[in-house]
Amino acid sequence: MSESAAPVLLRPLDLLGWWTIFVVSSLGRFGAFLTAAVAAMVTPPLKFWAFVDRINFIGFRSLLIILLTGAFTGMVLGLQIFLTLSRFGSEAFLGPAVALSLIRELGPVLAALMVTGRAGSALTAELGIMRITEQIDAFEVMALNPMRYLVAPSIFAGIITFPLMTALFDVVGIFGGYLVGVELLGLSPGTYFGEMQTFVDFADIGLGFWKSVSFGIIVTWVCTYKGFHVGHGAEGVARATTQAVVLSSVLILVWDYFIGSVW
Amino acid sequence: MIKVEGLTKRFGAQPVLRGIDLEIPTGSITVIIGRSGGGKSVFLKHLIGLLQPDAGRVLVDDQEITRLSGDALDAIRRRYGVVFQGGALFDSMRCADNVAFPLREKMRLPRIEIGKRVDSALAQVGLEGMGQKYPAEVSGGMRKRVAIARALVTEPEIVFFDEPTTGLDPVLVNTIHHLILDLHRRHRFTAVMVSHEIPEIFEIADRVAMLHEGRIVEVGPPAQLQASQNRIVQKFIRGEPEGN
Repeated sequence: MSESAAPVLLRPLDLLGWWTIFVVSSLGRFGAFLTAAVAAMVTPPLKFWAFVDRINFIGFRSLLIILLTGAFTGMVLGLQIFLTLSRFGSEAFLGPAVALSLIRELGPVLAALMVTGRAGSALTAELGIMRITEQIDAFEVMALNPMRYLVAPSIFAGIITFPLMTALFDVVGIFGGYLVGVELLGLSPGTYFGEMQTFVDFADIGLGFWKSVSFGIIVTWVCTYKGFHVGHGAEGVARATTQAVVLSSVLILVWDYFIGSVW
Repeated sequence: MIKVEGLTKRFGAQPVLRGIDLEIPTGSITVIIGRSGGGKSVFLKHLIGLLQPDAGRVLVDDQEITRLSGDALDAIRRRYGVVFQGGALFDSMRCADNVAFPLREKMRLPRIEIGKRVDSALAQVGLEGMGQKYPAEVSGGMRKRVAIARALVTEPEIVFFDEPTTGLDPVLVNTIHHLILDLHRRHRFTAVMVSHEIPEIFEIADRVAMLHEGRIVEVGPPAQLQASQNRIVQKFIRGEPEGN
């Protein structure tokens, strides 16, 4: 083998090694970031008002979009499931079908995706701008831990608000299904809700709850990490925001499958 | 005294600092001058502890800070005030809250005492009655002054100024320089300033260090640099382009 051929042949190995180091070090940084955030969450002083502000930012300001998407998701489910069940003469199961779809799967996933689009992206952009304008450095040189002020309250707020947003999404969705199934397509209200009580149990609600809690952690973790480690200038903020939304959305779907398959 | 020994830093293949040695006497105003992109701000970030060097060390009163982290580094930083290039004011807070922030978070002071100190700090920089405005609602010069007030409100021993007059008109440049000089006379802090405001900076500096391509090429009192025979220093002071 000639001397010049060896480096060319080794190039794929070189790239594989580089990629492996990149992935492992990125995961390490992600992990270290969450560890530092958790440490800031569980040690005093807790920044209560920063936490309240993040509840407002992530939760309250996402209410409208959650109500809208929840209602229309329930209405679409009501329509499609009614049409499918009517082929088998099983329209009576519309209520449990809508409720189980929302509570176990669509509620946590769609609510998380909606909050990611509205609040997650804003969280990354806000922290990214703070980073490039040296506001995060200002915390550090004041001998103050920026994780305590900027990251821990967001993750804590995510853990609280995501289940609440999901619950709202589920309830509004169930009433959306009711509107279509009962008010428009003529199913009796008693059948819609009665069968729901028979088929939906606490395990289903528990699955939806734990999914939403984990999505709250994933979204706020990814979005604050990306904002904290933004590149240079406006382009860096734009890229970090896009990455945060895409990565959060992918992780929501991957984790949804994982947790759903082991529950 | 701040002592810098053999400070070296590179970003990827690009060397930025190539072995800097410098002493910054206590109570002096030391100004780092040099061309844009010459490593001045990177050097300052090493003094503050925002960057770790590849080699060399920074000593503050004989304590090496380059190997410190966490609480030990915070203990040193409590003695610092920093005025960032763009001010780095928290844009979600009013100017008065920006100035009050380090007092509220670092010192257990009664609310009335904090209010008094904030009013006094804003008055010292000529911004009485402007505290209720947000940073976005005031001019660039006012933002710099709020940043100076925030840096000085905790009465630090060492204050770092990263190009505090960049982007300001000549009148405001002069105003900020005289404000810094006046505050320095009153509080006697050690000031380290990065600037390329030539020749205005010679009026306020006790010592000037010229940083060029990652090295200190000359350091001394302003008169020494103005009379320097070093061609790099001469060209920079006269504003001549390189290569002539």
